[in-house]
Amino acid sequence: MSFDYDKWIRPGKLPHIWCPGCGHGIVMKGLIRAIDALQLKKENTAIVSGIGCASRLPGYMDCCTLHTAHGRAAAFATGVKMAKPEMDVILVGGDGDGTAIGGNHFIHACRRNIDMTYIIMNNYIYGMTGGQFSPATPTGHKASTTPYGNPDPCFDIAKLAIGAGATFVARGTAYHAAQIDKLIVEAIKHKGFSVVEILDDCPTTYGRRNKYKSVIEMMNRLKEVAVPVKAAEKMTAEQLQGKVLTGVLYKEETKPEYTAEYAKVIERAKAAK
Amino acid sequence: MQGNEAAAFGALYAGCTFFAGYPITPSTEVAEVMSVELPKIGGKFIQMEDEIGAMAALIGASLTGVKALTSTSGPGLSLKQENIGYACITEVPCVVFNVMRGGPSTGMPTGPSQSDVMCAKWGTHGDHPAICLVPASVQETYEEVIRAFNLSEKYRTPVMVMPDEIVAHMRERIVFPEPGEIEVINRTAPTVAPAQYKPYDTSFGDVPPLAAFGSGYKFHVTGLNKMQDGFPTTKAEIVQAEEERQVRKVEANKADIMKWEEYMVDDADIVVVAFGSTSRSARYAVNVAREQGIKAGMFRLITFWPFPEERLLEISKKVKAFISPEMNLGMCAGVLKGCIEGNAPVLGIFRVDGEPVNPEQIVDKMKEVK
Repeated sequence: MSFDYDKWIRPGKLPHIWCPGCGHGIVMKGLIRAIDALQLKKENTAIVSGIGCASRLPGYMDCCTLHTAHGRAAAFATGVKMAKPEMDVILVGGDGDGTAIGGNHFIHACRRNIDMTYIIMNNYIYGMTGGQFSPATPTGHKASTTPYGNPDPCFDIAKLAIGAGATFVARGTAYHAAQIDKLIVEAIKHKGFSVVEILDDCPTTYGRRNKYKSVIEMMNRLKEVAVPVKAAEKMTAEQLQGKVLTGVLYKEETKPEYTAEYAKVIERAKAAK
Repeated sequence: MQGNEAAAFGALYAGCTFFAGYPITPSTEVAEVMSVELPKIGGKFIQMEDEIGAMAALIGASLTGVKALTSTSGPGLSLKQENIGYACITEVPCVVFNVMRGGPSTGMPTGPSQSDVMCAKWGTHGDHPAICLVPASVQETYEEVIRAFNLSEKYRTPVMVMPDEIVAHMRERIVFPEPGEIEVINRTAPTVAPAQYKPYDTSFGDVPPLAAFGSGYKFHVTGLNKMQDGFPTTKAEIVQAEEERQVRKVEANKADIMKWEEYMVDDADIVVVAFGSTSRSARYAVNVAREQGIKAGMFRLITFWPFPEERLLEISKKVKAFISPEMNLGMCAGVLKGCIEGNAPVLGIFRVDGEPVNPEQIVDKMKEVK
């Protein structure tokens, strides 16, 4: 029997706003399979986002959903999780939302290691506003505001998360759809701040400016550049040139989780009273 | 006790169990007291990475059903405006305690000011309701913070409490009310089953019940213009009606929200309109003037927004002049002029040099009135 996605979708809220060929829908299906596998409770699951195409995802999900201001998902979600640690809190958003305007909240959520899962759909571009370059747009590539090629260096979002203190960091792609739910399951199960970067595509505003003839070509590129971490171990630096590692990139289980640490603060304060 | 400390204890009396903030002079003592007191009662204190994040965390926490406070000052208030607007449109209760210091920008971090009052009304973009309370003493700071929580919970909207730096850092004796002595209002929880719940269901009136995340209700919250079920819309008639309702929540309930004190106003020829620490100088000036045979009085704003336009219009019909002493370049005077239909002149004493308006200045100004 085929998987029933509808039980997690809010009645009447589809079709979604995403363009044909956009990978966000693939990620949403992965997220649905993951939370279904984990048997999360809708009423106890908060899905929080900022602004942008990817940030429209919560509106389709039949949970407690919070579509906030641009870049602020991590900060709003931190308030939810701190006030109600028993809730499962999942953040979703794009590369611009999460690492430019929301960069500060992102790194500090990583640093605190607060038990939430952040799914970043990295399509290298600000899609909703028509294709301006983001901190994830590769140098030299074209965007509506880099007509002569992007002069900016770009972030490696997964490395940024690891450097900032996240304790579970994984990367997948929209092409490797069957892997997405597995990564998200592991991320949600992990006690601490988990980041799952999904390399995605935006044929409408990124692909057409950067000489991709079709969505299939964009998907094939994701297939070609992705190298699972295990496979990468046997490859030379030369062979890894231009490749992107996928799978679980980092996992650390000794760093204390933030809400658990704050519970200890409460204990100490009560004892000192 | 200090004004800032009183604010923290007032919040605790009101049932506040969550604080998110960012260090800023001259309001940091509020955060410090909350960091000590909240965990003792199982509450949560979090110092966020910036002012924007603090406001965001506040709203996130409030959506789980808790009463939430933040404290800040001018530059922080500017940063918080983004999410204050978010709290307005999503109708999530929360209290912002803003100590007024010199500005714009970094201004005078340790100097007093009253120049954020317009920011309380127009700081965030778009049409939105505004409630702003301006206490003048430590005791009143304590009580107005409780009232701020009550109004915020009752009307589902952010409420600002704005003492100037003098009130915030002043030390005075304070009488703590007994539990139950001051009314504490909690937001109305939904009575309908989760499947029937709509977060903006106006069949319950202009202030619909607000469910908590994690309490069995699932719903959508967005900063986009929304329908009664919480989902975004661009339908003209719905957007118009919802925007009007959000503002009407406060405008139609002005009588409940406005608060002021009239001191010797009844027979006064000259009425000093003042608030915060400036009203303390004004009261002294009125006493001095009365001894000298000048019929002076004071109208003291305790709620700044909504502004008591109707009452001031009434008073304007029988006075020779108003005097508006304030630590800004005429913000209150401007609002006052806008509501008295030219019935009386408004003489300003405007200081932005970090010094308080002193009583002699006010008495001297009274003597200019012909």
